[in-house]
Amino acid sequence: MDLNINTIDEVRSAIRDRRTTATAIAQNFYSKIEVTDRTIGAFLTLSKDRALQKASAIDALAAKGDHLPALAGVPVGIKDVMVTQGVRTTAGSKVLQNFIPPYDCTAVARLEAAGAVVLGKMNCDEFAMGSSNENSAYKPVHNPRDLSRVPGGSSGGSAAAVAAGMAVATLGSDTGGSIRQPASFCGVVGLMPTYGRVSRYGLIAFASSLDHIGPLTKTVKDAAIMLRTIAGRDPMDSTSADVPVPDYVAELGKPVRGLRLGVPKEYFGEGLDAEVRSAVEAAIQKLAALGCEVVPISLPHTEYAIPTYYIIATAEASSNLARYDGVRYGHRSKAVRSLSDMYERTRDEGFGAEVKRRIMLGTYALSAGYYDAYYLKAQRVRTLLARDFEEAFQKVDAIVTPTSPTAAFKLGEKTEDPLAMYLADVYTVTADLVGIPGISVPCGETREKLPIGLQILGRHFSESMILRLAHAYERSRLAS
Amino acid sequence: MKVTEKDVQYVAALANLDLTGEERQQMLRDLNSILDYVDRLNQLDTSGVPPMAQVMRAVEGTDEEHQFASALREDNLHGLRPSLPQEEALANAPESDGTFFLVPKVIER
Repeated sequence: MDLNINTIDEVRSAIRDRRTTATAIAQNFYSKIEVTDRTIGAFLTLSKDRALQKASAIDALAAKGDHLPALAGVPVGIKDVMVTQGVRTTAGSKVLQNFIPPYDCTAVARLEAAGAVVLGKMNCDEFAMGSSNENSAYKPVHNPRDLSRVPGGSSGGSAAAVAAGMAVATLGSDTGGSIRQPASFCGVVGLMPTYGRVSRYGLIAFASSLDHIGPLTKTVKDAAIMLRTIAGRDPMDSTSADVPVPDYVAELGKPVRGLRLGVPKEYFGEGLDAEVRSAVEAAIQKLAALGCEVVPISLPHTEYAIPTYYIIATAEASSNLARYDGVRYGHRSKAVRSLSDMYERTRDEGFGAEVKRRIMLGTYALSAGYYDAYYLKAQRVRTLLARDFEEAFQKVDAIVTPTSPTAAFKLGEKTEDPLAMYLADVYTVTADLVGIPGISVPCGETREKLPIGLQILGRHFSESMILRLAHAYERSRLAS
Repeated sequence: MKVTEKDVQYVAALANLDLTGEERQQMLRDLNSILDYVDRLNQLDTSGVPPMAQVMRAVEGTDEEHQFASALREDNLHGLRPSLPQEEALANAPESDGTFFLVPKVIER
C-alpha cells in the first residue's frame, strides 16, 4: 500500500477520510525503515510498542469520528539527545549506552499530546558535538542523496530520515548549526527557533546558552505546524520564554511584498563554493521577484564567530558533561581502585575523541589564569556579534545567506582536522550565539545532485516572518 | 606552543579524564591548533564591551519584568511533576543497594 504520504496534512486527511489507519501508516514506516535504514543508519533505537499504542489510540478517535488533533498519526523521529520515558536514550554516546530515562522531554510530550507517533530515536553526533554525524559512538549516517557523503550534523539522523521518507518529521537540536546544516545537506527544511521559544526540559545539555530544539520537515508548512505544537512556556524550564505563541500556520499566507532582506557581504566571501553561491543568489533573486527589497548589509564581526563559539560552547560543555561520572546512571568502568579512579576511567572509556577534545578545551578556557583571556574575551566578542545583528535589523526585516559554504562532503573527508570540521558551521553559529531564529530551506542542487540550502535569519521571536519568507520562496521554486 | 604537555596533564586531571599517552599527544596538537585559531579574537579591542550575560531578549510589547518573571516560581513541583519513586530514581544506577547509590570506598587507610 503506497498512499504517497509525505506531509502532516496528508497523514491527517488520510486517517480522517478513513483511507487508512494510523496503525497501518506506522507499520508502513517501520517496513520502510527496515529496508532503507540498513544503508542510511538514521535510527539508533525503534520504539515500536510505544508507537503502535499511540497509533491505535488515534485510530480509536477516528473510528468514533472525533476531532483529530493537529499531528494525529504523524510518524516522527526524535534526536537521541531528548529523553523518552522507557525508551533508551544514548545521546550518541557509549557513556549512556543503557540509559532508560524515567521521564519525557517536554517537546516530545507535546508532540505526542498532539497525536504524533514516535517511531524511534535518531542517530546523531555524540552529545550533539559534530558537523557530519561521524562522531556518533554507534555508526555514521549516510546521506540519502549519495551514500558516500555525510548527512551533516549533529542532527544527521533526523535530517536523513526525513529526506529518505523514513519519518514525516523529526526533532533535532541546534547549538552551532546542528539543525540547519544537516537540513541543507539532505535537502529538507530545518528550523532553529529563538532561544527560549521551545522548552529544553529533557534535552541532554551540551551548551546551555546555545542549545535549541527545533523541527526538520519536508515542507515549510510542516515546520510551522511542528513549531506551533512544541513552542511556548514550560514551567519545568526556567529559560523558556513567557511569550505568546502565534499561529505560525495561519501567518504563512501573509504577503512578503515589501519586506527588506539583508544580504551580508561577509557570508559570500572566501570559502563559499561557487555552485552554492549561484544557487543562493538565484534564490535571493526569486525573493526579489516576489516583491522583497534586497539590501546589501555588513555583519563586520562574522569572522570571529567560530572562535567565539568554540570557547563558549566547550566551556559550557565541560561543565554540563561533568555529571557523567558513573554514579547515578550511565557507564561505569569495571575494576576500579578508588572513587577518583572510577571517575577518570569511566569518562575515558565512555567518551569519544571529539567529546574529550571539547571537554579539554572548555576546561582549559575556564581554568585559573586563562578565564579572562578566553572565556571572558569570547563573551565580550559575543556582545559585538549581537550588536552587528541589532544594527542590521534596524535596516532590514530578515537576513538571507547560504546555510553552509559547501554541499555535503565525503565521509572521512574532514575527520582528521577538527578545525576544518568546525568551519562547516561558519554561517550558522552566529545565530546560536545571538539567540535569533533561523531556517534552512532547499534552494537547488549542485551538478552532482547534492542539495543546497538557503538560510533565512530573523529578529528574536520573528519565526512567523522567516517561515513566511521560506514558504513564499518554496512555493515559487516548486512552481517554476 | 601555548599548551604544554604539563598543561594537558593538569587540565585532564581537572576534567577527570584518564587519557592514554597517545591521547595526550593528540590533545596537545589539537588544542594548540585550535587555540592558535582562537587567538584572532585578540585582534579586537573589547575594552568597554560588556560580556554577554543573557541571551534572552525582551520582546516588543512585553515588559522586561514579564519576560524574566518566568525564571522564578514557587519552590514546589505540585502540578508540574511528581518526584520519582526511589526505585525509578535508582533504576539506572550502575550499582545500588536499593536505597543508595553505591561507589567504591572513599576513605582509605
